[in-house]
Amino acid sequence: MKRILAGLFAGAVFGAGLSISGLINPAKVNAFLDVAGNWDPSLAFVMLGAVAVTAIGYRLVWKRERPLLETVFSLPTRRDIDGNLLAGAALFGIGWGLAGVCPGPALAGLGFGATATLVFVAAMIAGMIAARQFGGFPERLKSRDGTGADARV
Amino acid sequence: MRIYEYIYEAKERAFPFSLRDVWLGLGQEEPVEHFTPISSLIGGGLIGLSAVLLMLLSGRIAGISGITSGLLSLKWSADTPWRLAFVVGLIAAPLALMAAGQKPEITFVASLPVMVLAGFVVGFGTVLGGGCTSGHGVCGIARLSPRSIIATLIFMAFGIATVFVVRHVLSGG
Repeated sequence: MKRILAGLFAGAVFGAGLSISGLINPAKVNAFLDVAGNWDPSLAFVMLGAVAVTAIGYRLVWKRERPLLETVFSLPTRRDIDGNLLAGAALFGIGWGLAGVCPGPALAGLGFGATATLVFVAAMIAGMIAARQFGGFPERLKSRDGTGADARV
Repeated sequence: MRIYEYIYEAKERAFPFSLRDVWLGLGQEEPVEHFTPISSLIGGGLIGLSAVLLMLLSGRIAGISGITSGLLSLKWSADTPWRLAFVVGLIAAPLALMAAGQKPEITFVASLPVMVLAGFVVGFGTVLGGGCTSGHGVCGIARLSPRSIIATLIFMAFGIATVFVVRHVLSGG
């Protein structure tokens, strides 16, 4: 139960961040990517704020032996750059540029019920299922202590 | 004459319709966005806070594509309940903010057929590449993961290139 509440709370803070930052707005994302047009650098500030807080916060958290609700930190351990990483990131970038939507804002915007959001999320789920068939993502990654907890990224 | 103006003119001779209309939807105007450094920095800080909370409480990376695609395997796992709860919180928070009078502006830039194509490519690409803006772009960069740093540089570059091609090369803007 505590784990579920932790997920709910973290998800809600994430959703609030997407909403307040403007990342939930496809037009704003597109204006950030449009460096040769009316460039809106706001999203660089989103990245700056998010990465700074995470980088400092993670290091404080990792001073602990274990998380509050689990026995181990589940972290990705792969360091190799492979073709799937490069091709996947490139494809994601193309889709992100076309629609101005990435997975977080797509889900966070679902509650407003816009057809464009619903269509995007349905297609995104289809793409994810297709990629899983293709062999992407669900590899089991070792946790920090090497016990093989199921962490993905 | 810049090279993309030349390409645009060649395109206009071959196909005398506007690809901007195909992308934005017929007759749609491109919205103009305004610089919002303060709210963007605060919102970004909240995204970071969420990532730190999930690490402190559950020891997990807050990667949205990983959380979502993890839910798509039909097997119920130990991770399924918190992942579902995360998505519920993610959807509920913007609605709660709207109820509190903070309705976010949401303006779409792509027509429905383009949304279908883009959605599929985003889903496929994030699972193939093992992460998206959150897992690679925020959590991965904060961890100084070489995979995430490379992935973020690539999806940023391809995002910028795609917008450049659609807005300026094909549409002549």
